[in-house]
Amino acid sequence: MANAKEIKTVLFGPVFANNPIALQVLGICSALAVTTQMSTALVMCLALTFVTAFSNLFISVIRNHIPSSVRIIVQMTIIASLVIVVDQFLKAYAYDLSKQLSVFVGLIITNCIVMGRAEAYAMKSTPGMSFMDGIGNGLGYSVVLLVVAFIRELGGSGSVFGVQIMPLISEGGWYQPMGILLMPPSAFIIIAGFIWVLRTYRPEQVEKKV
Amino acid sequence: MSSNNDSISKTLIVVISLCLVCAIVVSTAAVQLRPTQQANKKLDSQVNILRSVGLVEGSAPAARIAELFNTHVETRLVNLSTGEIDASCDRACAEAFDYRKSLKEGKSLAQADDVASIRRISEYAPVYLTYDENRNLKALVLPVHGYGLWSTMHAFLALETDGNTIIGLNYYEQGETPGLGGEIENPRWKGQFVGKKLTNDAGELALTILKPGNADPDSAHQVDGLSGATLTANGVQNTFTFWIGENGFGPFLAKVRQGALSNG
Repeated sequence: MANAKEIKTVLFGPVFANNPIALQVLGICSALAVTTQMSTALVMCLALTFVTAFSNLFISVIRNHIPSSVRIIVQMTIIASLVIVVDQFLKAYAYDLSKQLSVFVGLIITNCIVMGRAEAYAMKSTPGMSFMDGIGNGLGYSVVLLVVAFIRELGGSGSVFGVQIMPLISEGGWYQPMGILLMPPSAFIIIAGFIWVLRTYRPEQVEKKV
Repeated sequence: MSSNNDSISKTLIVVISLCLVCAIVVSTAAVQLRPTQQANKKLDSQVNILRSVGLVEGSAPAARIAELFNTHVETRLVNLSTGEIDASCDRACAEAFDYRKSLKEGKSLAQADDVASIRRISEYAPVYLTYDENRNLKALVLPVHGYGLWSTMHAFLALETDGNTIIGLNYYEQGETPGLGGEIENPRWKGQFVGKKLTNDAGELALTILKPGNADPDSAHQVDGLSGATLTANGVQNTFTFWIGENGFGPFLAKVRQGALSNG
């Protein structure tokens, strides 16, 4: 097992320093789709973190036995099985949320973060570190998703986690919601803003001019 | 990675054993969780029927929902083309009826008839007859669906025994834009339909969804649409047009207006 400092880098590195969405721009499809409400975004984050962590773990455990010719298929099989299990659990224990998330839980299979971490990290690292890497990247994804969802839900519906913070005009309050925040393009704008802020504080993330 | 890993026998062994393990995990999860999932689905549809007639507001514990449903609601099947309740299918038989499956296997609608873009229609559809404590018929709940902007929107429409006055409209499953078209699930919007009449004196569909802010609150037929969701609102209008019409519950409602339910 690696030392504590290394674990810390693997676990928290992806949150800001090496964020999968902001720096690598992976997995933004679901970031557009499920971020109109905090609650769906949170469930999506938990599901994705779970899948990334465990797929990394299992792939790392058998990494020395995976034939390189079929490694992508082997990874997909493990990821797909985990996603189905998560989907089944949500349908059984969080029925309302699973109805709102509908196909997006199933689409975790195609999320580039899961596949990317499996191929880039779990195939050459020990199981413990791979698991941490999965959690870390899940956290990085979650930070961006929750920030985007917070802005979209607060601005678009005047609420946070379904609790009304700013009463809407249509319900007798004063807040005129910004409809565009509920449309998919607004997530692009917010993610771009997030990347901008991040790169202002961490100029080393800016690509070199060619 | 050693070259040994890439031999054909090793590849086959790894792939086959992995598939076996994954298959066992996935099928165990699916089989173990299925009863809970089905109970959830059933409860979800029951609570939505009860909401449409106003017997449940918001949410209620599972046991209470099942109890309310069993005492107040009776499921029956209606033959859509004749409008008759199928007498051979009693309550238990109607509850076991899988409407979604029946819709998938149903007959295709001609394009001109398919105003709500639902493509297929089942020969039989469930209706939920709601009784009060003294076993007097209070309401009939009809399942309706139609296509909005992105998705098929499913609702329960609760009518008084005249087959015309709306007790409630409950959209419970849709994939419209949250905050815009998704507002068809908003209780305030659904509340507008309460007390409106479906048809005019001549028996034609008169319920109209207008641009937001144009509906006259005193009118028996006008309802405000949703701002930023014109196509969703059109979908709701089309859903009404179809299901109240000849290919939907029209024949059944005509029989109801003649008093078919009061006799039996």
